[in-house]
Parts: sequence; structure tokens; C-alpha cells
Amino acid sequence: MPPVVSLKNVNKIFGPAERPTTIALKDINLEIQPREFISLIGPSGCGKSTLLRTIGDLIEASSGEVMVNGKPARQARINREYGMVFQAPVLFEWRTVLKNVELPLEVMGVPKAERTRRGREMLRLVELQNFERHYPWQLSGGMQQRVAIARALAFRPELLLMDEPFGALDEITRERMNAELLRIWHETQTTVVFVTHSIPEAVFLSTRVAVMSARPGRISDIITIDLPYPRNVETREHPRFFELVTMVREALRKGEEMKE
Amino acid sequence: MTHPSRFQRYAPPVVVFFAVIILWEVLVDVLNIQRFLLPAPSVIAEAFFRTFSVIMNSAAYTIRSAVIGFLVGAGAGMLVALATARWTTMREGLMPFAIALNSVPIIAFAPIMNNWFGSTNPMSKIMIVAIITFFPMMINMVRGLTLVEPAKIELMRSYATTPLEVLTKVRIPNSLPYLFNALKVCSTLALIGAIVGEYFGGPRESLGVYILQEAQLFRFDNAWAAIIISALLGIAFYLIILAAERIAIPWHASVDRR
Repeated sequence: MPPVVSLKNVNKIFGPAERPTTIALKDINLEIQPREFISLIGPSGCGKSTLLRTIGDLIEASSGEVMVNGKPARQARINREYGMVFQAPVLFEWRTVLKNVELPLEVMGVPKAERTRRGREMLRLVELQNFERHYPWQLSGGMQQRVAIARALAFRPELLLMDEPFGALDEITRERMNAELLRIWHETQTTVVFVTHSIPEAVFLSTRVAVMSARPGRISDIITIDLPYPRNVETREHPRFFELVTMVREALRKGEEMKE
Repeated sequence: MTHPSRFQRYAPPVVVFFAVIILWEVLVDVLNIQRFLLPAPSVIAEAFFRTFSVIMNSAAYTIRSAVIGFLVGAGAGMLVALATARWTTMREGLMPFAIALNSVPIIAFAPIMNNWFGSTNPMSKIMIVAIITFFPMMINMVRGLTLVEPAKIELMRSYATTPLEVLTKVRIPNSLPYLFNALKVCSTLALIGAIVGEYFGGPRESLGVYILQEAQLFRFDNAWAAIIISALLGIAFYLIILAAERIAIPWHASVDRR
């Protein structure tokens, strides 16, 4: 089985080639295996969102090779092989919750009955089955983000790209959403690439944490999170959890020092 | 007290309305204001009921010009905006002129339109209304089609959609609140355009000519009655658009959410 994501010597330079303004990504090498949950963590401006968008072919790499499911990223996007969740829910205000979840299926030409069936199934997955006829403004921020997750999973992609999806939520809602996401990940058997700047969030969720540092954006360390599954409230109080949080924090600091 | 009752909500404007009418009536009497300067409300009311059918007869012509001009102008504004969503260079070329022309008092062209088409030809009024309503519609619609949350476009890109799908599934629905705002502005402008256009010359049976003629003959009570009918027509036109908005975009913030 090929890796779900394979990055080889990926560079991204913004600005004209002769006078580059920012080296957003420098020599990124990373392989993500099926069923992994990888977090990209780093300070603002380290290129973690750029890296995520490169995998999704929303931004084109300046050089290097970006492969998704063994194909070039562009082909994978055209085949609709990944789902995307942004920091904002990005729901369409004019569509009901169910219609929002059905959007990708509609674009893909799935027949109406099948669309509704799958939309409802996804809303059950995120436990919003009683809200299908609501409009986005009638839901709280956390609920809106769950709709966005349901939408991203509606066409059963093997890869889920998440760009700080819980960054705008309060701490309590965020922890609940983390647990939700792990349950969904477990039930759907998806591979997840998750951008965050919260260390506990990255440790709690991930199988591996890729630590990034800024200017130029690069992966300075990869830490395997060996906490057992299922993870729950107790996981956050486990001594190993604190050890791993410390390890990630030190890796982040080291990454910053390397620069100087 | 979170939700004021119906009475609490409507009482203040109703009180203000009657207070002004009573004050007006009393002041006209006490200060002995001449009828041709300002008739008392009771006199205007009497004229309103006496001349209602005559005024409505004239108003029919004006309404017709306003509605046809509105449909032509707002419709064309919408189509041009949609075309510019497809051809970006067209938008960049047209928008500065549209914004500049939108701040021109287009009603000043009314005598020229009367000259071109003949003041008794309905085309002269339809054209004025069409030009007046075209620019607000086009400008608002272009904004609605282009001011889209960038992440929505990114999301559609992640689904590998065509530009046409982005237009129909994102840009057009996004533009609907802007469209209705423009329609509200245009509904008012259409009536102003038609009536003021008639002040510069029009057929005998039209609202503008009627108001002008009654004022010149010092029948100010009749003129005031016709002005009130113009106001009611404007409000009715606006309310029709408002009702259409509620039906078409129940999801939008400007629609009452209770």
C-alpha cells in the first residue's frame, strides 16, 4: 500500500523567482501512512497551513514532489480524494445544515436520494441529526465546525486535511471536539493531517507530531505519540501525556534556536 | 424584558404620527396660514377622497412607466453584472465608469429624453427610469458576485469544480442579499424618476403633470393629495420587494429571525 501522502524535497517560495520574498517551505520530506493522524505544529508563519494547502493542491509547490495516494496532488484533487476543513466553518449561509453536507455530493453528481441518505448518515456521525433543517446561523461555533467535518467526510475521502479547525473555539468546546474527532477518525478509518498551534491538542490527537519552525518553514522534528487508544479525559491526566507535551514544547524551542 | 410586546413596539410611531397631524391642524388654524402655503390635514384628507379616482387614473400611467423602466434598468444591470463576473477585464473596464455615473444626478437628463422620444411618448419616462435604476443594480450586484469569502472559493477548488459551478453555487447565492438591497433602492428611484420626468413634460393624465398643474392653479389641496398617493405608491412598491426578499432569502440576516 503506498503512503497516503508523500512529500519529497518540497519547497515553496512566494514572490517572483528572481527576487523571492518568502521561503515558506524548505526541503520538506514526509511520508504519511494510511490510518495515521499527523499534526503539523509550529509558530505562526512557519508554513504549516501552506504545507497543508500544498498537499491539497490549493497551492502549488515551487519544487519537489507532492504525491497523494500514489498520484500527483493535482490528480488527487481532481479525483476528489481528500476532504478539507478550514479554521472557519465556511458553511454556505443560504443552505440548510443538510444541504451544506450534501454540497460535495451535489458537485460530484450523486443522485438526490443517495445524497440525502449520506448527508443524514454524516449528520448522525457528528451527532447533529436533529439540526438538518437549521440554517448555519442558528448553530453555535462548535456545531458549525461539526457540520464542516460532516461535509468534508460526506464523500468518504481517504484523507482529511484540517487547518486549525478548532482554533476559534473556547478551551472547553475544543477538548470536547478533540474527543469527537478521535471517535470520528476511529469510525471512518480516515487518514488525517491536522494543523494546530496547540501542543496539548496535537499530543492528544496524533499518532505523530511534525514540529515545524519558521523562516524558512521546515520540519525540525517528528515525535511519535505512543499514548494508547482509546484516548479520553484520563489520557490528558496521564504522566506520559505531560512527558510528550514537554517533548513537543522542547522540540519547538530547539527548532527556533536552530535558526539563530 | 427581552421581547417588547406588539403594543410597545408600535405605540411610539403611532403616537408621533397623530401628534404631528394634530399639531399641523392646530397650527394652520391658530397662525392663520394661507391655504396655498400649507393646507390643513383635514383639507388634504377631504381632497384625497374627493379626487382619489382622478388621481389614480393619472397614477396608472406613471406606475406603468416606473415598473417597465424598473424591469428594464434593473434587469439590464443584473445581466451586465453577471457578464462581468465571467469576464474580469470587462469588470475592470466598466466599474470605474459605473461608479462615476452612479453619482451623477441622472434625472437631469429628463429634458433630453423628452426631446429624444417626445414628452408624451412613454419611452421618454421608461428610459429615464431604466437609466436611474441600472447603475445601483449593476454596482451592487457586482459587489455581491465578487465579495465572496475566499475560503468558499478554496473549498470549491478542493472539489475540482468548474467556474460555472462556482458562479451558480457560490457567487449568485452570495449576491442575493445585495440584489434585494439594490431592488429596494431602485424601487424608490423608479417612482422618483417617473414623476420628476413628468414634471419636465408628459401626457395630461400622469401623476407628475397632475401635481404640477394643480399647483399652478393654486389647488394645493389636490396637489397634496396626489403627493400623498405618490408616497403610498412608493411604500407599496418597497413592501412588495421586502415581501419577495423574505420569500427568496429566508436565511439572510436582514430578514426578521423570530
